[in-house]
Amino acid sequence: MSDLTDFLIKLIPLLPLLAVIANGLLGSRYSHETAHRLAWGSVGLSFLCTIGVFAEIVKTGTAREVIVYEWIFGGDLSINLAFLVDSLTCMWLLVVTGVGFLIHVYSVGYMHGETGFTRFFTYMNLFMVSMLLLVMGNNYVVLFIGWEGVGLCSYLLIGYYYDKTSAAKAASKAFVVNRIGDAGFLLAIFLVFIHFKTLDYTKVFAQVSTLSPEMATAIALCLLVGAVGKSAQLPLHTWLPDAMEGPTPVSALIHAATMVTAGVYMIVRNHAIFDASPMAMEVVAIVGGGTALFAATIGLVQTDIKRVLAYSTVSQLGYMFLGCGIGAYTAAVFHVITHAFFKALLFLSAGSVIHALSGEQDIRKMGGLSQKIPWTFRLFLIGTIAIAGIPPLAGFWSKDEIMGHAFVTHNYPYYIVAAIGALLTSFYMFRLTYLTFSGPSRMDHHTEEHVHESPMVMIGPLMVLGILSVLGGLALGFPPEQGWLHHFLEPVVGAAGTHEVSTGLMVALMGVATAIALLGWGLAHFLYHVDPSAAETGAARFSGVYRILLNKYYVDEIYDFLFVEPLKRLGTLLDWFDRTIIDGLVRGVGRTAEWSSAASTWIEKHIIYAGLNVIGYSNHLAAREGRKVQSGMVHHYAGLIVAGIFLLALVVQFIVQR
Amino acid sequence: MVPLSAYVAVSAILFMTGLLGVLIRRNFIIVLMSVEIMMNAANINLVAFSHYLESMSGQLVALFNIAIAAGEAAVGLAIIVVVFRGKISTNVDEMNLLKW
Repeated sequence: MSDLTDFLIKLIPLLPLLAVIANGLLGSRYSHETAHRLAWGSVGLSFLCTIGVFAEIVKTGTAREVIVYEWIFGGDLSINLAFLVDSLTCMWLLVVTGVGFLIHVYSVGYMHGETGFTRFFTYMNLFMVSMLLLVMGNNYVVLFIGWEGVGLCSYLLIGYYYDKTSAAKAASKAFVVNRIGDAGFLLAIFLVFIHFKTLDYTKVFAQVSTLSPEMATAIALCLLVGAVGKSAQLPLHTWLPDAMEGPTPVSALIHAATMVTAGVYMIVRNHAIFDASPMAMEVVAIVGGGTALFAATIGLVQTDIKRVLAYSTVSQLGYMFLGCGIGAYTAAVFHVITHAFFKALLFLSAGSVIHALSGEQDIRKMGGLSQKIPWTFRLFLIGTIAIAGIPPLAGFWSKDEIMGHAFVTHNYPYYIVAAIGALLTSFYMFRLTYLTFSGPSRMDHHTEEHVHESPMVMIGPLMVLGILSVLGGLALGFPPEQGWLHHFLEPVVGAAGTHEVSTGLMVALMGVATAIALLGWGLAHFLYHVDPSAAETGAARFSGVYRILLNKYYVDEIYDFLFVEPLKRLGTLLDWFDRTIIDGLVRGVGRTAEWSSAASTWIEKHIIYAGLNVIGYSNHLAAREGRKVQSGMVHHYAGLIVAGIFLLALVVQFIVQR
Repeated sequence: MVPLSAYVAVSAILFMTGLLGVLIRRNFIIVLMSVEIMMNAANINLVAFSHYLESMSGQLVALFNIAIAAGEAAVGLAIIVVVFRGKISTNVDEMNLLKW
């Protein structure tokens, strides 16, 4: 049985990988039908394998390590391509493969007829492989491989419509901003290795008590930088809203349900290190709380349906970080799971809306859609109620747990931040719903004629997600802090720290949370349904605030001014330096060689050859003149002999004898 | 008694005659004859000194010389005949092929 489980564990990432290889290398040779069947089929099989593994883990209750391949070994370094499947990984695997499968199926309908259909599914499957490696790895290196892999796929999929400038720019932006976080994460890995001489989770966490508080803080903060980059927290949140340039299923899968929660996974996985540093925990909570509030305020005024959802994602991720920061790891994981359900649902229904309106994303040009696309409307409404935190839907339980935890651990500032965030969340989500689905239609005539409900292949996955959004919270986390999930995760994150809380206080907190959510709904109902002009007058009265929010606190502009522009200018300067000085030097060397070679050529031609020619010509001349002595005339020879004898005689007479 | 100097004088006169003949005349046969004269001038010299020094070796060389002269005349005349067949001429100046 255990062998079978090990085999299933290996199969989980392998199946999508095979689909990537098949679709990536041979995809152009067969039809789109085969390509998408391979894609969702492999993910579906992975999901089935996950269920098998999950059942085994639930039964035995122990973590399982599988070494697939001994990768790097030498000295005291040994890194394996190995998987650690414990309850935490299990939950993530279920979410990734389950939600991933639904979104793959949905994509078949959504992407129908797009160019690059096979390419889309290749990237999606590659993303699945990377994400599975990320959550399954038993050491930091495998985690990092997955981490970079999902970043790459995110880049590729945001830039799916690569001939669109804004998409290409958004893709680069996402990649570059993620690199900042990755640098922090890498530093953290180095620090871990320096201190522990190993990168395996189990070994690291076993000796985490040997960490000095300073070291723990350093590692934890570096990890946090990585998590902030990947999970789009302040101050690296700017890439996520722009990432909505990608196709909607991508936004749902990568930029809402799975990849962006990798930061939360990483913090929960490393909670032993974070626990050792109260200061780092404080920073995590501040980042999370700040982001939750910050992004929610921006979400209030955005007009692009996907961007509202994107800011809502950032905000909800902030909640998860806040939960981690106050030690409510289980609650954070819980929120990740419920968020994956309802945010995927929201994004996919938004995709369905966009699909129905032939690509329109501006909510100012929507309205009155509830009759025309009833299923999409119902499912979107379920998602909205779930995220707003109205019981008994999923979002309420997880969000309430984070808020409750903040309250009972006496972190009242965080509680207040979370409560305001919840109010804003409820408000902007219902605003979105009202603007999209109710009121008079603001579509142009052409679009209105073509409005149609999405096909079953798209609505089907939405219904499953809708059911999960309704029941997921109750099934996993009821009663609060005592639910099934809490017991399941206990071996990994430690006892959830049940607090001595009277039932009365608990119910009161729940009541407050519900009231907050309903208040947000009520406000939105009043402003966008009962009296639509009130919203405009409100915006006009607070035009300064409104403009700041509409421009997202000018963060992009500030980054442009502080980093992008100076870097560009530095780049231009370096470019100039390179072209003028370095290239000048190189070209100078080249030209000197050219000149010297020309000079030496000249010297050879005119001096050395001339010398040689002088020798040659003089020989030639001497020979030409000298050969005339040999006239062929016997008399001349005889005369010369006689003359020679006389000379010889004279020499003998006057020189030798003397 | 004829003194040695007379012999040497005759020999010198003959030699110069032969030499001038070689240098001046153009007819191959005359040149060959002049060469014979020069050789005989040398023979007179040899014989004269042989007598004067009372040594027989000079006379021996003279006899040897006469034999050589005969051979030389034979070879020389043969060359002349061959050349004459080709050129129909015995002019030495026309025989200038061995030059340059």
